[in-house]
Amino acid sequence: MKLAYWMYAGPAHIGTLRVATSFKNVHAIMHAPIGDDYFNVMRSMLERERDFTPVTTSVVDRHVLARGSQERVVDNITRKDREESPDLIVLTPTCTSSILQEDLENFVERAQLDAKGDVLLADVNHYRVNELEAADRTLDQIVQFYINKARKKGDLESKSEKPSVNIIGMSTLGFHNQHDCTELKRLMADLGIEVNEVIPEGASVHNLKRLPRAWFNLVPYRELGMMTGKYLQKEFGTPMVDITPMGVVETARCIRKIQEVLNAQGADVNYEEFIDQQTRFVSQAAWFSRSIDCQNLTGKKAVVFGDNTHAAAMTKILAREMGIHVVWAGTYCKHDADWFREEVKGYCDEVLVTEDHGAIGDAIAKAEPSAIFGTQMERHVGKRLDIPCGVIAAPIHVQNFPIGYKPFLGYEGTNQCVDLVYNSFTLGMEDHLLEIFGGHDTKEVITKGISADSDMNWTKDGQAELNKIPGFVRGKVKRNTEKFARERGIALINAEVLYAAKEAVGA
Amino acid sequence: MTAITTTEPEALNFECETGNYHTFCPISCVAWLYQKIEDSFFLVIGTKTCGYFLQNAMGVMIFAEPRYAMAELEEGDISAQLNDYDELKRLCLQIKRDRNPSVIVWIGTCTTEIIKMDLEGLAPKLEAEIGIPIVTARANGLDYAFTQGEDTVLAAMAAKCPEKAPVIESQKQERNAISQLLNFGKKKEEVDADESEYVKHTPLVLFGSLPDPVVTQLTLELKKQGIKVSGWLPSKRYTELPVLEEGYYVSGMNPFLSRTASTLMRRRKCKLIGAPFPIGPDGTRAWIEKICSVLGIEPKGLDEREAQIWAGLEDYLQIIRGKSVFFMGDNLLEISLARFLIRCGMTCPEIGIPYMDKRYQAAELALLEKTCHEMGVPTPRIVEKPDNYNQLQRIYAQNIDLVITGMAHANPLEARGINTKWSVEFTFAQIHGFGNARDILELVTRPLRRNNSLKDLGWGNLVKNEAKV
Repeated sequence: MKLAYWMYAGPAHIGTLRVATSFKNVHAIMHAPIGDDYFNVMRSMLERERDFTPVTTSVVDRHVLARGSQERVVDNITRKDREESPDLIVLTPTCTSSILQEDLENFVERAQLDAKGDVLLADVNHYRVNELEAADRTLDQIVQFYINKARKKGDLESKSEKPSVNIIGMSTLGFHNQHDCTELKRLMADLGIEVNEVIPEGASVHNLKRLPRAWFNLVPYRELGMMTGKYLQKEFGTPMVDITPMGVVETARCIRKIQEVLNAQGADVNYEEFIDQQTRFVSQAAWFSRSIDCQNLTGKKAVVFGDNTHAAAMTKILAREMGIHVVWAGTYCKHDADWFREEVKGYCDEVLVTEDHGAIGDAIAKAEPSAIFGTQMERHVGKRLDIPCGVIAAPIHVQNFPIGYKPFLGYEGTNQCVDLVYNSFTLGMEDHLLEIFGGHDTKEVITKGISADSDMNWTKDGQAELNKIPGFVRGKVKRNTEKFARERGIALINAEVLYAAKEAVGA
Repeated sequence: MTAITTTEPEALNFECETGNYHTFCPISCVAWLYQKIEDSFFLVIGTKTCGYFLQNAMGVMIFAEPRYAMAELEEGDISAQLNDYDELKRLCLQIKRDRNPSVIVWIGTCTTEIIKMDLEGLAPKLEAEIGIPIVTARANGLDYAFTQGEDTVLAAMAAKCPEKAPVIESQKQERNAISQLLNFGKKKEEVDADESEYVKHTPLVLFGSLPDPVVTQLTLELKKQGIKVSGWLPSKRYTELPVLEEGYYVSGMNPFLSRTASTLMRRRKCKLIGAPFPIGPDGTRAWIEKICSVLGIEPKGLDEREAQIWAGLEDYLQIIRGKSVFFMGDNLLEISLARFLIRCGMTCPEIGIPYMDKRYQAAELALLEKTCHEMGVPTPRIVEKPDNYNQLQRIYAQNIDLVITGMAHANPLEARGINTKWSVEFTFAQIHGFGNARDILELVTRPLRRNNSLKDLGWGNLVKNEAKV
């Protein structure tokens, strides 16, 4: 047992549902107790979906506990097949069905006899995988199923005449996925590459047999699509480009990789001029790096936390493209931590791999960065510590599903990243300038940390002096002073001690 | 409609469907109960699924250092490689150290049911060992829906209420939080004078978790009739749970508290006053009248009081009069709300409800039937364990003006030009007593008022092809 207040990645079935409901005309049936269909609420609220979320429940109640599901699951599948004639029904196990150990595979086979559409059992175990791993698996499973089906029928399509690409990994409830998808399609059009299929978002399962047409597969997110990409590589030799085009340097690297795989297959493309034009004039990011605004950010401290894709990319943008000092970068993707370490090597002082939000909060309090880039949880830590935060990864709230166009990938994505980073830092600066010039001097609270709290006593005049010190260095001064006092056995810190400490460290 | 139904009053019509409907998991009760019972700590013993639900359903509350947590079961717990008792002890000691609560409430979930973790058996042992009371409630989705979670917790707490009124003065003080609250700032003589305002009657304890302002309002409402409320289950603090002696009267504040009611009757030998629930001015009045009649008191001033409230609602009534409302059913407040809205002049073809306890809700059902007859509208069909898919077909067919439903259906219905009100708001808003009737109508009329401001824009239907449901 584990005491937990907050989790970064959801349970496995959420991943399966995200993939299943991203496809068009695919229905998911959860084998779950009443109340486990909260996914429908999230999709309806966060994505502001106009259509009913194609997820229903085959309810597990007392009777099921006593006698097993018996006909119920089969009936629910065939009923849904009649009512909505979906192309595919995905039976989705939950934590409950994981321990009931009913033979769901058998139900699927029986239902398949009557159902017009296809029926699949999602191959995910609640206790072994989380939301992200489950999503990756389910996508792979569905793709394999339809490739095999088409192969049996001799229906598989062969390579397209002109260079083409499958974009793999766009899904519902994914962080800015819809905008990223539009941006990537635009980028492919600019590069003269035909977009063959985008999966799973908006795709039809009937089109999965067309996947082998593509010259290569683009997998922009580390968390979703890698398994499918590898499968297609193994099966059809289709090369996979898995460089996330987030940030100027990485976008260029991604495009160069595309150039390489296309040319290896006989295309004759050279994207260097395109990259140069885009970098210097379409994206504002390269110019921003040179501007005085960005110069002022040099050496400022930041911390980064999120999923693998976004935390790694953001760390590199901050360190490599903006000269910001990333004190630590972290991920909650423990299952894929080695990849993360490798990616951010050399771009941050320290790497943090954890799912414990308390540890992250403490690490933020200790580092006292000028800005945080994290999830909604880090945003709230930032609020408590008075440090601005830009949200770069799920878990996310409804405000992270903006209606306006806000990709994180591609060249427009680089512009969005600049705004996000710069706005986070200037907001912080503004706040401190207000304080320096006596904006909010009535503040009494001086402790900053969640864990950086101290047991030292301050006199009234000591406090008053401390309060005069600008907010962004106050925590540091406080800590140094206390360290100084502790070393000298001073129990009560007054203004004198504070200045003595200041002199001692030569600040 | 046949000739018979138009000439003779129809009785209520009960049906039961497939139970394939959307609602919240009953563990959501920790969201309001941990705030209500200030010195409690709720430990939900379940899986990531439970945690994910709570985390998302509670929104920003998560960030406010809530006094609840998950005891997240791992594979070792499921396969009994780890010892339940030791694991729970470790976590409860950690909670004791970090938060020092007066009670730890264990919420059993689907998983603890399936693996048959004996929480009721473990609790007394651990309680003795760590020195903090442990209350066990099985609020799981296998057996219950949404608000019924509170019912399981309160039923468990009923067993922890003291049996005898304290004789020591200091304890009396502690147990009498409500009267203390009401007497705040008064002198001793005034308090004694206040006591004389009450009629002498068998002690009355009310059950159901309501926000403190509502508790005060309802307590004062009864005080006007000379009725003294001896205590509430739950109180603001666990240490202030009311005394329950054999023969005390109890009355429920909410329609979903049937287990608590039967526990109070059977285990604590209390007498239940079966009344309609104080939701809407009609319900509040009927509730007071019923309590008065049981205690042998002649109610006074209720005619004027109710009329005055109705008069104050007139602007809202104009918006909803003659319109139809459809309850898809997810929180068990449906019968009371429908009864109130029919009295307001609405028609209601269907009331969906997760679970219908005809005995506990008997007085409320009778009032619903009476209201329909008095307002001259057909009685609704009451659909227990509804099937959301079938309901959507009926909603389309009947051209409903307002659908009260969960968030899973609200946006898709709105996109199809059908007005909705999110049902969960009724569980969190203050809806009890005379003073809060306006709040109910504020919620009910909101989509209709919104329509008034958008009506000339002409984009009612916002889906491309009339998609299948």
